[in-house]
Amino acid sequence: MIISKVIAFFDKWGDVIWEATLETFQMGSISLIISVIIGLPLGILLVLTRPGKSLENKYIHFLLNILINIIRSIPFIILLFLLLPFTKFIVGTSIGVKGVIVPLVVYTAPYIARLMESALLEVNRGILEAYEAMGIKTKDIIWHVMVREARPSIILALTIAIIGLIGATAMAGLVGAGGLGDVAYRFGHLRYELDVMYVSIVLLVVLIQVIQSIGNHLAALLKKD
Amino acid sequence: MIQLKKISKTFHTKTKKVHALKNVSLEVKKGEIFGVIGYSGAGKSTLIRCVNLLEKPTNGEVYVNGSKLNTMSAEQLRETRKKIGMIFQGFHLLKTATVFDNIAIPLKLTGVPKREIPNRVQKYLAVVGLEDKQDVYPDQLSGGQKQRVAIARALSHEPEVLLSDEATSALDPETTESILDLLAKINREFGITILLITHEMHVIQKICDRVAVMENGEIIEQGNVIDLYSEPKQATTKKFINSLFPSDLPDETLKELQKRGPIITLTFVGSSAGKPALSMASKKFDVHANILSGNIIQLKDKPFGRLIAHLEGEPEETNKVRQFLANEGVQVEEVSFDDN
Repeated sequence: MIISKVIAFFDKWGDVIWEATLETFQMGSISLIISVIIGLPLGILLVLTRPGKSLENKYIHFLLNILINIIRSIPFIILLFLLLPFTKFIVGTSIGVKGVIVPLVVYTAPYIARLMESALLEVNRGILEAYEAMGIKTKDIIWHVMVREARPSIILALTIAIIGLIGATAMAGLVGAGGLGDVAYRFGHLRYELDVMYVSIVLLVVLIQVIQSIGNHLAALLKKD
Repeated sequence: MIQLKKISKTFHTKTKKVHALKNVSLEVKKGEIFGVIGYSGAGKSTLIRCVNLLEKPTNGEVYVNGSKLNTMSAEQLRETRKKIGMIFQGFHLLKTATVFDNIAIPLKLTGVPKREIPNRVQKYLAVVGLEDKQDVYPDQLSGGQKQRVAIARALSHEPEVLLSDEATSALDPETTESILDLLAKINREFGITILLITHEMHVIQKICDRVAVMENGEIIEQGNVIDLYSEPKQATTKKFINSLFPSDLPDETLKELQKRGPIITLTFVGSSAGKPALSMASKKFDVHANILSGNIIQLKDKPFGRLIAHLEGEPEETNKVRQFLANEGVQVEEVSFDDN
């Protein structure tokens, strides 16, 4: 009885939900990669321009701080509309998956920069100095010592960022980008198909659980103390 | 090998200037172990960090192996630093890398050919006695073992100079001994010049050839370890040395004894430490010698002893005793209470 209901449900909605899951992955992964490419160097710059660090520069540090704080003060749903002209300028469209990547990156990259900053600040200053004393180049110290030692914290930080990002993709439906959140809202809420909403939510919950578990596991693997 | 000329370092805090180093000059000769001792805040850490320019001196010149570091370009400074090893109180190893990688990564980053790296790592792990710990992570090691890895890491660059920034201060006494033995061995076998800073007299006497005493950003006294131990001039130096010879004799007792004859400090250096000079003196002259406290310690290559004794007898006789002891190579000094 129940089984036949389930089969009937997936016959009707399977394609929609599958497609939405793919869209969520697509939006999430592309935005994540670009956000890390922008956010990690920004995080490093935030650390290095601090007072007492190797590239100490209070102007750059101050500007970066302000910029990151401003972007982080704006809720994603507002940012999405605020950035419409900018998005159109960058990728030529402001709708669909392509159109949502820009606001997702603008939203996530500063967040990642902040998370990277705190992960990198945990690295013992003495280790950096020991490498400086060995005559090793600053860029090598950043990459082979600072980032390396911070890896477990970086992984955990990225896990948090990914989860935030998936939350933001739920709003992407508003510009027609689809995704699980959009399905839950459009079919579940607007068309009152409660089953669809529940299934979408369960999928989101499972997704988040899996991501958090992978993150914890990876961080534990990299952490050796 | 290392020359510091008139080094000053001033730190600016929000409210005031701190003069961490004031016009400090120091020369460490090739092949020796030179110790700098001082209480915390004396400026010794700043001093050692000036040698490889981790701390840029406000004034003064730094020479290592004949070349002046202050005026070097960043690139030249990096090259020079490769030949100046440094070890720290906090070890400063990568937590996320194995013992092998902790030594191999810096070698790779300083441009040592890939083929040579495993040999170097193994060679220097053998020197510090940790051949079997290659694949272990630092957190599975004891403090002494971590410091050994740090020493192997420093040695693997085959430096001419090793700087030791309180390398044994975080270790227990027994481990300190073994690390000091290792440093002495490195100095002997590889001819590496060592400059170390410490707040423990024990470190100085065990392995140092020469020593400088720092206080308030200045070197107040320096010389051969033996000379400084036997004839300390400054109050702080005396305090450091007195700490090795604890004598909590009550002042009342001393004052009482002093009425019946002088209280003297006898300092024995080297061969005289083994002689029963005081006993001979009391047999020879009409004096009773009463030992109040005493100790003999082993310096790097000579024993060094100090006794506090009370001589009971006529002044004429006690003076003869003092003369006799001096002839036997013992330094004699009358204790006066005021300066301690």
